[in-house]
Amino acid sequence: MANMAQAIRMALHYGEEKLGVKEIFGEDVGAPLGGVFTVTQGLKNAWNSPLDERGIVGAALGLAWAGFRPVAEIQFVDYIFNTIDLLKLCGNSLWCSGGKFPAPMVIMTPTGSGIHGSIYHSHSFDSIASKIHGMKVVCPSTPLDAYGLMISAIKDDNPVLYLKPKALLRAKGAELIPGEPADEKALKEMIDAPIGDRSKWKPRWPELEEFEIPLGQAKIAKEGTDATIITHGRMAPICLDVARNLRDEGRGDVEVIDLLTLIPYDWATITRSIRKTGRVIFINEETEISNFGEHLFRRVIDEMFYELAVRPRLLCGKAVPGIGLSPVLEYASVPQKSDVETAIQELLAEPA
Amino acid sequence: MSKKASADNVKSMSDALYQKLDQKLLLKIHEIMIRARVLEERLIKMSKGGEGFFWIGGPGEEAFNVALGLQVKKGRGTDYDFLHLHYRSSAIMLAMGAQPIDTIRQMRTAVTDPYSRGRNFVNHYAIPEWNVMPIAPTIETQYSTCIGTGIAQARTGGDGITIVNGGDAGTAEGDFHSCLVWSNRPALPLPNLIIVTNNGFGISTPAREQHGEEHISDWARAFKGMPFKTINGNDPVESWFAIQEAMKYVRTQRKPYLLETLTSRLNGHSSSSGANRVNEPDCITLFEEKLLKLEITTEDHIAKTWERCRKESDADYAQVKTEPFPEGDDIWNGVFADGLNDSYPKKGGS
Repeated sequence: MANMAQAIRMALHYGEEKLGVKEIFGEDVGAPLGGVFTVTQGLKNAWNSPLDERGIVGAALGLAWAGFRPVAEIQFVDYIFNTIDLLKLCGNSLWCSGGKFPAPMVIMTPTGSGIHGSIYHSHSFDSIASKIHGMKVVCPSTPLDAYGLMISAIKDDNPVLYLKPKALLRAKGAELIPGEPADEKALKEMIDAPIGDRSKWKPRWPELEEFEIPLGQAKIAKEGTDATIITHGRMAPICLDVARNLRDEGRGDVEVIDLLTLIPYDWATITRSIRKTGRVIFINEETEISNFGEHLFRRVIDEMFYELAVRPRLLCGKAVPGIGLSPVLEYASVPQKSDVETAIQELLAEPA
Repeated sequence: MSKKASADNVKSMSDALYQKLDQKLLLKIHEIMIRARVLEERLIKMSKGGEGFFWIGGPGEEAFNVALGLQVKKGRGTDYDFLHLHYRSSAIMLAMGAQPIDTIRQMRTAVTDPYSRGRNFVNHYAIPEWNVMPIAPTIETQYSTCIGTGIAQARTGGDGITIVNGGDAGTAEGDFHSCLVWSNRPALPLPNLIIVTNNGFGISTPAREQHGEEHISDWARAFKGMPFKTINGNDPVESWFAIQEAMKYVRTQRKPYLLETLTSRLNGHSSSSGANRVNEPDCITLFEEKLLKLEITTEDHIAKTWERCRKESDADYAQVKTEPFPEGDDIWNGVFADGLNDSYPKKGGS
């Protein structure tokens, strides 16, 4: 099975071949590296840009205005902060021009913690991204979802911020991508560049097929009746693992909703699940205080207060300036599997 | 303006250069400059009279801007010129064929404002049919977005170019340097005409206090072979030929050119500083003195041109006053290209 980096790479290749993507660029995105996480390795239209995030976002917006559908990368989301006014221009281009200037473009960037990336390779950007109105925001948690979301993002007529959970980029999926060879070793030989001299290497792409995950549509990763977890990105497989263990141990049947799209989020799926279970917890890894989950939390209180069996909950990162390099500090900052287990057990145990 | 300053400026305008331009073209430039000035005076008046809000515009930049607008290869797509402009570009737009009434509509925030439907400040144009990219109040971001259309045109070939302009103060922002670096990448040089309109101020701060560069165009010296020039932007004819030369280079060589134009700023930064007339050389007065001296026009023709443009503006203004403002629900249009789903939060809270 492909890992998430390979899946995104294959989606970008599909975009080059079938969707007219002619410009894929960013720092170290082209040969020989193909991106620090190899997401753009071997792509024929991938090229290296100057080390200049503002130039990257500006170039992408200009290309979008010119009718191209560029895919640009910010190497780590930690380095996107100096582009916020340009991202805002991406998001408001259509609105400010009275509907005349759509900006079909994708900005992709690795996000979140989990690789011991210290203070400037561990940020999350979810809530800030959600404030750039007019921009769609997606974040996959499996390779197949990553593939389908990228194809949808490329086809979308809006700017899309594509958040790649960096801790999951090497994680393999449980589902084959349409067209992917069943033998993962064969896939690796086809599309992963060799170590060492790559000057003569060329990828051999599988015959990929179109697969879309509509933007704005969440996934019920696991059905359940006793409680609802609303999550996304890196926390999604952790939540799913915990929910399955609880089920297998007979301690609770928890539904796990993987948002996939943060903006516009799938409110219908969220409310349907909460209406069924009466118990909900929002789990993500970005910091508390104006956390994206806090918005959903508030809306649940506003619109579903009398349908809740117990108080809703939020489990998220600690509101501190950075994530320390020491594993002790990182684990103390970002929710870990044990934190998820404890939080869900408490949610299930509270008397209605 | 003192008599001496005026005389010195007229003298600097080479008679020989004037002889190279067709007299009909000179008169056309003159008329558009007047129309642009009358428009800006109308906008200022509306701002002061409470018939609009913030005013910002380009009185004093008409000479350079009309010369630029008339030489743009106008159209849609990469075969034509892309424009990434700042908010002092009304004369460029009028020279390209925009109607003054549409800018008055934007000033009044009428729903008929074709550039933003009453959403943006005045002089913030967005015209897809002419490749006029949306103007943003964020100074200098246009120097970043122009990279993208430059890349598009470098890929597609043809003779369409990307034109970007901005003010002198904003060149301190990183976007200006992004533009220079990306336009000069050995891997893909860009057909970008990079213009800096140097009026000597950033709002209230004199450039001479903040910029140690002798000329802003000197930044081009860092890039091997990049042509650059600093010109008197108060002279439409000098501007015409400088723009022509720069455009020819960019169109044919598919490489960038840095053009700095020195202009006046006749009404300060914006309505925030009062928008009152200041004592700086007026490019229209200087041009008229020159046209009279060369016997290309007459006092009577000049007076009648001003009168005609003012009457047109009066009629435009009267028309716009009859036009509606946007409805409140219009805020939901254009958030996303594919509209909003039913569950998008619209209440503004609980």
